[in-house]
Amino acid sequence: MAELGLQLQALNEIVAAAKQEIAAADSPQSLDVVRVEYLGKKGKITAYLKQLAGVSDEQRPVIGKEVNIAKQTVSGLIEARGKLLADAALATALAAETVDVTLPGRSSGLGGLHPVTRTLQRIDRYFRHLGFQIAEGPEIEDATHNFTALNIPESHPARAMHDTFYFNPEILLRTHTSPVQIRVMENQPPPLRIIAPGRVYRCDSDLTHTPMFHQVEGLMVDENVSFTDLKGILGDFLQAFFERPLNVRFRPSYFPFTEPSAEADIECVMCNGEGCRVCSHTGWLEVLGCGMVHPKVFEHVGIDSEQYLGLAFGMGVERLAMLRYGVNDLRLFFENDLRFLGQFA
Amino acid sequence: MKFSEKWLREWVNPALDTDALVEKLTQAGLEVDSVTAVAGDFSQVKVGIVRSAVPHPDADKLRVCEVDVGDSELLNIVCGAANVRPELKVPVAVVGATLPGDFKIKKAKLRGVESFGMLCSAKELGLAESADGLLELPLDAPVGTDLRQYLQLDDVSIEVDLTPNRSDCLGVAGIAREVGVLTRTDLTPADTSPVVASHQQQFPVTVQATSACPRYIGRVITGINSAAETPLWMQEKLRRSGLRSLGPVVDVTNYVMLELGQPMHAFDLDKLDSNIEVRWARDNEQLLLLDGQTLQLNTDSLLIADAKGPLALAGVMGGQASSVQDTTTNLFLESAFFVPEAIAGKARSYGLHTDSSHRFERGVDPALPIQAMERATALLLTIVGGQAGPVIEKSSEVDLPAQREILLRAQRIKRVLGIEIDAATVIEQLSRLGMQVTETDAGWRVCVPEFRFDLSIEVDLIEELGRLYGYDKLPQTRPSGKVMTTEISESRLLTERLQQLLVDRGYHEAITYSFVDPAIQKQLLGDEVEAIALANPISADLSVMRLSLWPGLMQALTYNLNRQQDRVRLFELGRVFNGSLPDVDQPLFIAGLISGQRFPEQWASQDQKLDFFDIKADVEAILAMGGGDITFVAEQHAALHPGQSARVYKNDQAIGWLGALHPRLNKSFGVQTKVYLFELSLEQTLLAQVPSFKPLSRFPSIRRDLAIVVDNQINAGEIQDCLKLIDSDILKSIQVFDVYTGDGVELGKKSIALAFHIQHGERTLTDEEVDTLMQQVTETLERSVAAVVRS
Repeated sequence: MAELGLQLQALNEIVAAAKQEIAAADSPQSLDVVRVEYLGKKGKITAYLKQLAGVSDEQRPVIGKEVNIAKQTVSGLIEARGKLLADAALATALAAETVDVTLPGRSSGLGGLHPVTRTLQRIDRYFRHLGFQIAEGPEIEDATHNFTALNIPESHPARAMHDTFYFNPEILLRTHTSPVQIRVMENQPPPLRIIAPGRVYRCDSDLTHTPMFHQVEGLMVDENVSFTDLKGILGDFLQAFFERPLNVRFRPSYFPFTEPSAEADIECVMCNGEGCRVCSHTGWLEVLGCGMVHPKVFEHVGIDSEQYLGLAFGMGVERLAMLRYGVNDLRLFFENDLRFLGQFA
Repeated sequence: MKFSEKWLREWVNPALDTDALVEKLTQAGLEVDSVTAVAGDFSQVKVGIVRSAVPHPDADKLRVCEVDVGDSELLNIVCGAANVRPELKVPVAVVGATLPGDFKIKKAKLRGVESFGMLCSAKELGLAESADGLLELPLDAPVGTDLRQYLQLDDVSIEVDLTPNRSDCLGVAGIAREVGVLTRTDLTPADTSPVVASHQQQFPVTVQATSACPRYIGRVITGINSAAETPLWMQEKLRRSGLRSLGPVVDVTNYVMLELGQPMHAFDLDKLDSNIEVRWARDNEQLLLLDGQTLQLNTDSLLIADAKGPLALAGVMGGQASSVQDTTTNLFLESAFFVPEAIAGKARSYGLHTDSSHRFERGVDPALPIQAMERATALLLTIVGGQAGPVIEKSSEVDLPAQREILLRAQRIKRVLGIEIDAATVIEQLSRLGMQVTETDAGWRVCVPEFRFDLSIEVDLIEELGRLYGYDKLPQTRPSGKVMTTEISESRLLTERLQQLLVDRGYHEAITYSFVDPAIQKQLLGDEVEAIALANPISADLSVMRLSLWPGLMQALTYNLNRQQDRVRLFELGRVFNGSLPDVDQPLFIAGLISGQRFPEQWASQDQKLDFFDIKADVEAILAMGGGDITFVAEQHAALHPGQSARVYKNDQAIGWLGALHPRLNKSFGVQTKVYLFELSLEQTLLAQVPSFKPLSRFPSIRRDLAIVVDNQINAGEIQDCLKLIDSDILKSIQVFDVYTGDGVELGKKSIALAFHIQHGERTLTDEEVDTLMQQVTETLERSVAAVVRS
């Protein structure tokens, strides 16, 4: 049995040496060398087994069991060491890859819509939900559509009030989007719900006028629409546009193409109706004109005004944009200064 | 229309303060534009009389005055005004007074002489913009009275922004009538009872143009004193209505116009020849107007003439030759009714606009001329004296506006306004507006007063009812109506999507004027282009319609470059105007330009210069949304670099351009950096294809690369085109992945590397099949573009 004792001691020495070498391995590569040295086909434990030639049959299973235990011990140690080394390597790599997360991202820059477009899109979206469709018309327009068909005959004072750009006495730049009403009614039978956004032109240029600006025209023709509906639609719209409860008042006014006609004022959004420079200390801001389609307009386009009624409205887009975003100078809209445009990104 | 509140209250005086009155007017459709005090803020200014005025012992220009302000003692006041003299009645600011600008009057010493107050000019009291000496008060002004009280200065001027339909309110009387209706208050009209003639002198009047002038009223007034002073009360009312005093006769006619709304004209009788004729102008007639300009008259102009020729442009302005001067002693006074259609537009056709034309072209009550004549006569006799002759009247009954009768249906009121108004209210309101109302089966028969030119059809009356009911009291309802269909088409992209894409790619949207500078447009598009020109442009640099969005964008670029913006990306969406009048093509385009570095300056990437393929990538991204067969062909454009410009085709139709700005234009626009531009037809760009599903192949895709050498002139598009000729179901796509010139490639040639993606829908491909295809590819390239395959 002493011989057996010696045999096992040699095995223990091998394991002890392996332990030392494993602990000394400082990389996955050197650890692998250790693995091959001890556990490989020509490794020290295998060699140990082979030189046990003179072992008796009773001793063989005992030693075999001990060798297995030794193998498991060594491979367990290698695995543990390997994990430790891998974790350390990962930690080093991660540390090396750390970035300054406060630096700005790689940017190609974001642009922005013009505030007039932004405003137009909101108006479009609102009325599209109410079933209005978008209609367009020419900007170089004839006097018939721009004036005559809208019940503004040749010598009517309202023509003088329009400051029209002419090409010749019959052809002009449209002074409002109302001619689109006429073009739609000439081509489509009622019922109708349209809005017509677009550029309009007046021969006027100063602090508060630009020779070009934008309007949105609205028209609804049906058998049962009334002035109170007009108030409802526009009252709702103005609340929605400014995203707040807002006092709206309707005042009688005059447009040749509507009867009754009205102008809508909102409580001044700058001073909440207290009175300020923007509202000329009245507390009110005029924002749109509206009314019921004049029977003469229907007559011109061949719609029976006994059967159908129409409501129509028109609003200035720059005016709404100025109030919405607090822009204090109309001319900024057409200078296209990036310092201005960039505020609407 | 501007008037004094006190004047209005002489006519109608409801129990409302100024604010409430103004609010009432605005809410009734007579929008009040402004309310302004008629005098500055001052106190303790009294009517005084100068008893003596002697030169100041130590100052040439000053006088020492004794002034009586009704107190027991005279005040010693030093005054520098040139018109100070004994017995003059003037405003006196006594010690303790405050003048406008919070200027306090204290006892003072002027060059050693004590002064106990100040004599005032109109300017110093805020009654006028400028003044020439002291304000001279009437001889009968009661000494010691507070000036504010005496001149009724606690008053405001109310300016109403009248809409063109309400000509009936172009006089204090009309506004008063409206206030009477709104507040249910009775009126106190001015006295217009007939003035008895004191002689029988007449002047012959013939009206030839009776359809334009259905009523003409005249009167001779003899022996007047034109040099008389207009009374201060009248001057004040004129001033508070925005008119200057121009002598007593003109002041009276203006006064009556402001009060009643009837424009009048006074001729110097002694300058008239034989008779008055109301007629249309004849060929080649001229008229020298009061304002000094000579008109070459059009034959559609209505004239007041005498035997010698034109005297006045009817209803617009009088002539100089027959005008009243301060030497005039005999007057011919005119008060007429001209139909609006005869006057409308005439003043404007001569570049004129007068208080008179403003009223006549909107409509003046045909019943007013006689009232105005009596009112003016009475006022003139009081102010300038003289003797009035009998009224001369020429009326053509058939030409006077016919009585208007309108049928009003109760049910229609409800349909239009959305609410019912009870019968009693309808009758009461319309009657107050001066209408005669009789009931019928379905509603009422309404007779409209002549002064309401704006009321001719049923809905006009409905508006009146709504207006008096109060628009604000009407409820807000939501329309019921039929459900409308909504478009959700996929064959057309939304414009919004396109705009958003460009925004996401770093572009800011610009909006530039549709009219541009013709010189800039020609620079960009070539000298031969013809743009449509405005007849009345606002300035030369905004005088022709644009043919492209590029002129506007280029100007926006330089504007920003001049303001230290060195990286600019702009796009615009709008119409251009092609062709010629009257059939102008007005298509919508979308255009953009980029300039400056590829990326905003940043730590994470190096400065990179832009090139053609940056703008091309943007154009490709836009066009990819709509699909279709897109090709880019090297073609020349005046604005673009000849070697870096391409025309864009979609399904073989030319839809736009892109390229680098021509270096020559860099120079003329003063732009140092490269600029790249694009412009596309919006309509074509938005055309989209509805996706059509193709089954996915479960079998692997094979990639084969091929490098070829071709002549430098051969472009990638030609290579792609010739490969399209290969009829193969398995060749899915071809991609250029490298273009190379230089070492290893013969001069004048280039190497192009192509990747071919090959796949069969229903089975795995065999090597033979792929080889056969690649053989076909090679042969095609050799044949079509003389390609040599690199090994």
